[in-house]
Amino acid sequence: MATAVTPEAVEKVVYDALPQFGADPSDISREATFEDLDVDSLDLAELSQIIEDEFGVQLKGDDVGQIKTVGDAIDLVVKRAE
Amino acid sequence: MKREVVITGLGAVTPLGVGARTLHERWIAGASGIEDGEGVCTEFDPTDFLSVKEVRRADRFTQFALVASDEALAEAGWADELPYEASRIGSIIGTGIGGIGTLTHNHQVLLEEGPKKVSPLSIPLMMGNAGSGAVAMRHKLKGPSFAPLSACAAGAHAIGEAVGLIESGRADAVVAGGSEASLVPLARAAFAALDALSDSGISRPFDARRDGFVMGEGAAVLVIEDAEKARERGANVLGYVRGYGATTDAYHLTAPDKEGAGAAEAMRIALADANLEPADVVYINAHGTSTPLNDRAETKALKTVLGDVAHMIPVSSTKSAIGHLLGAAGAVETTATILALRDRIAPPTLGYEEEEEGLDLDYVPGKARPLEIDGKRPIALSNAFGFGGHNAVLCLEAA
Repeated sequence: MATAVTPEAVEKVVYDALPQFGADPSDISREATFEDLDVDSLDLAELSQIIEDEFGVQLKGDDVGQIKTVGDAIDLVVKRAE
Repeated sequence: MKREVVITGLGAVTPLGVGARTLHERWIAGASGIEDGEGVCTEFDPTDFLSVKEVRRADRFTQFALVASDEALAEAGWADELPYEASRIGSIIGTGIGGIGTLTHNHQVLLEEGPKKVSPLSIPLMMGNAGSGAVAMRHKLKGPSFAPLSACAAGAHAIGEAVGLIESGRADAVVAGGSEASLVPLARAAFAALDALSDSGISRPFDARRDGFVMGEGAAVLVIEDAEKARERGANVLGYVRGYGATTDAYHLTAPDKEGAGAAEAMRIALADANLEPADVVYINAHGTSTPLNDRAETKALKTVLGDVAHMIPVSSTKSAIGHLLGAAGAVETTATILALRDRIAPPTLGYEEEEEGLDLDYVPGKARPLEIDGKRPIALSNAFGFGGHNAVLCLEAA
């Protein structure tokens, strides 16, 4: 059973995942860009996998290309779940 | 006339520790990196050298190559800035098997948790060229890069092909070597099924009691440059790659030609390429796997090529100290050979005690001894032969 998709729940999963990719936890915020966090397309592929596993929401390549900030990613997941 | 090629940096991660000189010093001191029948790089912790992201983005075989490349580039004086245009510097890192740890881990995930759990990093980490790509990316090398996949000859092929790129003018320098990290249950089981592994867990090349090879892991990376350009920039030259011979047995998928014909021809070509005679050679770093077949065939090949002087040249096997590093072996052994020649020392074949009929060369049993070169140049051959019948021999000289 996938976790209910709330902005808070998605934020927690994303915030927990990013340090695994080498992002400094103190730099992580909704406004931070993935570029600043040194999170690239391969990391986002892994993040998509984590999100799908947790929430049952699939992000496609096109989606990933659109998002620039951590907040963009969270909002997109919430929108896709609606 | 072809361009002269020099070695200006050495780096290694081996079961004897991190560092090219660690390998050299511990081997000549008689230390063994083999424990419980395997040569594991127990002193290697990737996080000592690489960031969290770099560690995640690299299979263990690539991690070894990256760390060895840092050491080699630092020694060459390249740590802060590349001495040549990036597009004129290549990266050639050979491997026997590539990222088999990544492969088997993700295969297990696939079977146990389903396809959606397989990591998107699986392919980019397991691919055999991952080491070559990662080394190039780390040091911003933009010339030719690829990975020879020629089993236990890959590390030697990497160096030989690097020399070819420089000699032909297609590169000014190449970061070249070999890397392997295949100590996983599948590889162990597969080599054991082939009856290639030592049941006793002892690597004793050329000894009558030898019963197969001992698996090892690690990497070595060398900085190889056009000699003229290296001199112009005032580089400290450690040695020279004088010749390269590569042949194929075209005989059997795993067994060497019984007479070592392909191996002998590779040695002959390497010597001819160097414009040298058998009597010029003062040391042989043998492939010496500790398998019954290799050590017999290699001994025959050495006698065929060296003739009368075969018994006068010390022959030893690095695998007696660290096991068989497969695709890394040729590069690790080239590194060990250059350092041995520089120190004028013949490193030992550890564990060698019992002679087998016909295997009667000077295998430098048990402990290192001074290398008497009697006014000759410090010149050696380093042999590497692989499953598939691949033979690659390098003729090396210390500066």
